[in-house]
This record gives sequence, C-alpha cells and structure tokens, in this order.
Amino acid sequence: MCLGIPGKIIDIYEQAGLRMGRVDFGGVIKEACLAYVPEAQVGDYTIVHVGFALNIIDEAEAHRTLELFNQIGLLDEELGDGALEPDGTNK
Amino acid sequence: MKHLTEYRDAARVREVLDEIHRLTTRPWRLMEVCGGQTHSIIRHGIDQLLPDGVEMIHGPGCPVCVTPQELIDQAIAIASLPDTILVSFGDMLRVPGSRGDLFQVKAGGGDVRVVYSPLECLKIAQENPDKEVVFFGVGFETTAPANAMAVFQARQLGIPNFSILVSHVRVPPALNVLLSAPEVYVQGFLLAGHVCAVMGYWEYEPLAARYRVPMVVTGFEPLDLVHGIRMAIRQLEEGRAEVENAYARAVTREGNRPAQQLLATVFEECDRNWRGIGLIPSSGWRLRPEFAAYDAAQRFAVEHINTQESPLCRAGDVLKGVLRPNECPAFGTLCTPRKPLGAPMVSSEGACAAYYNFGRVEAPKQPGS
Repeated sequence: MCLGIPGKIIDIYEQAGLRMGRVDFGGVIKEACLAYVPEAQVGDYTIVHVGFALNIIDEAEAHRTLELFNQIGLLDEELGDGALEPDGTNK
Repeated sequence: MKHLTEYRDAARVREVLDEIHRLTTRPWRLMEVCGGQTHSIIRHGIDQLLPDGVEMIHGPGCPVCVTPQELIDQAIAIASLPDTILVSFGDMLRVPGSRGDLFQVKAGGGDVRVVYSPLECLKIAQENPDKEVVFFGVGFETTAPANAMAVFQARQLGIPNFSILVSHVRVPPALNVLLSAPEVYVQGFLLAGHVCAVMGYWEYEPLAARYRVPMVVTGFEPLDLVHGIRMAIRQLEEGRAEVENAYARAVTREGNRPAQQLLATVFEECDRNWRGIGLIPSSGWRLRPEFAAYDAAQRFAVEHINTQESPLCRAGDVLKGVLRPNECPAFGTLCTPRKPLGAPMVSSEGACAAYYNFGRVEAPKQPGS
C-alpha cells in the first residue's frame, strides 16, 4: 500500500477547488491530486501514491546518488585484478 | 522510464552488492520496515545475494496485516447494511473476518467497490445521493494524507452521505515497541521511504540514539534497497548508530509540510491496537471531533461483534519478525492465498504472500539439523 511510482506531470488544472494534474507513468496516464506539492510544475517528476503526489523528485539528488553508484563501479574497475574476490557473491 | 530504469540496473546492483561483501566482516540482522520493501527484496532475491550471516528480517509495515480483526468485522457489518456502498482499497477484500470476508458480502449482493484514490469516493457519493458511501480507510502515514483530503473535501463540498471507517497507524511508536521487546533481535533498520516522504525522518533520530541502532531511509527499487543495506552495514561495521538517507531524491528530513498540515487539521493522535502486537500508545490517528460527522464508526452503531481469529495463524510473530513465514506450520498447506488464515497471506504487502508468490516455500535448514 505504501508503494508509489514516479511519473512526469504533463498538465496542471483545478477541479472542485483542488489542484490536480495528469501524470505520465511511462505511457500510462493517470490523474493525481497535486494539493500537497504546491511547487509542482509541468515537466516535474513526482511519486504518486493512492492518487496523491507525495513529493517532487529532486533531480540533483537523483544525479548525486547515481554518481555515487558510478564511483563504486569505477573503484571496482580500478582495483580490478588486484582486488580480493568477495566470498559467496553469487551463491 | 526515467527515475525507474536506472534503479533496476542489474550491473549497478551487482557492484553495490560487491561493495557490501567487501565491507561486511560479521553477521548482522537488519529489518526492512515496509511490506513493499519485503516484496521487492524477495521478488529480486536480494536477501540471497547478501553475505552469509547478513539476514533480512521482515517488519510490520503492512497496513492491512496490522488492522485488528474487530475493525475488519465492523467493515463487513457496515458493508452488509442496506443502501450502503462500502469502498476500499483492493487488498482488503480478501482479508478474513471472523465470519467471511468483504468479497463474500459482494458475492451475496452487497455493494462493495474498489478504488485507486479515496477522492473517487466523493464522486460515488455525489452520484448516489440516496446511499451511504463508507470508505474503509486504513494505512500508514503514506496513505493518511489522501484519506485526510477525502474527509476535508467532503466537508468543503458539503457531501453528507460520505463517511470513513478510519484506522491509521504510525511507524515510529511501533518501532519503539519492537526495539524494547526482548524477543525481537534487530541490529539495524531500513526505514520506509514513502512514509518518510510524508513525515520526514526527524522522528527516528531519538530512537536511533536511544537504542543505538542505525536507521537508513530506503526506497523500493533493487538499487535503492542494496544502497540502504550498504549504508546500514557500513554504520554497523563502523560502530555508528545514526539516521541516514539513502533515498534523498524522494525524502527530506522535514517531509511534506502541506501534507502534515492537513493531517493535523483532520486527525489527532490516539492509541491503536495492532494485530499481533497489541495496544501501542499514541500509535494511530483518528478523526478530530470537528470531523466526527464523517466518522463511520459513530454514524453506524454496529453491534458488538464477537471476533474470532484462527488459532493456527501466527501473523503476530511474522509481523514482529520473530517467525519467518515459511517456518509457520500452516504456511502453504492450511494457509494459501486462495484460502488464507490471516491477512499477511493475502495483502500485497504481507510477508507470507511474498514468500508464497515468489516460491520461498521451504523453511531454511537450521544449523545442525
């Protein structure tokens, strides 16, 4: 129930006094309530749970996290042959 | 798909797993709090790729599972009333009550409907002015803002035939109880990412300090999960016990302020009974007196129901992480998703359902056996 998936806000409008929008989840478009993300703009990515946008995905943080993983990968490459094999990686 | 594909990249997941193997020097027991994380871990077999001795314990974060039997029986009783439409999220329908479930009410002619968003209930209420529309609103902090908004909007729009049977629960008081229970042995926690997206993670800082356990805010994709596990193990190996954020693209320390404001407008804290765990002080939310007109428990004076739970179901031990689903004697034989004894076997976040659906039928061999 606490799952939520990221989608891209494609438009924003008002309905019954609530800020609503349509969100594109990789081709599947659903309506979501945007009342809790007043800063949201068209083009932003948001995580939607039971029809409500919970947040706006922080692109800079997303980039930083992925960079971190890239660094882990780089380290792997650099240490390459010299590094000890971890035990039981793919048991 | 952006913000999804890159967190399912097998090569990156393998690199982080390699890093976990490099930094782990001894056994550790970690609990993932959220049932959605349990399903992701079991589905992708992440627990089986960890170093020997690093164990993932499954937490109580399945709202349907911790909802007490009385409330399920109450929903079934309301759904059986004439001129009433009971609306719910899908996985509540097959949770066994003392006598039958909501599906059986529907099969018997009751009007039981499933929605994606609680706001849809308001539309159903407006389209059926001669019926009572009751939303069965359970959930953790993630779902509460949606349910709060449905109630708030019902008042704003003056919809008299809508009410909510509400039972919200909050994670921090439950973790406090688990951490002080002698039978629960967990050394680090992966905190539920979307609960924290709403509430932030400042509430966990006193818990991490008091019990000396690392807590890491964690997302749901494979890469998010291994990243959270890596940060928790690194803290343990370094002897630290802090709250860290492995899901920074979605979660801030303060959480979602507008959502918290509406929660405070509509709900107030209350004690809640958790199935399998018992009464936890201040662990839930109920409607504030100003919104009592929308409280289904008050609108429908359902007679006292004698609740009965299966004596064979050990949901409580599973929810506390004391028993693995496939160690339960009823698992996969007397209890299956088609014929469940308890909620963890039917909920999309239940640990028993995860083990059954992803083929973890055999209990692990005990050392020496």
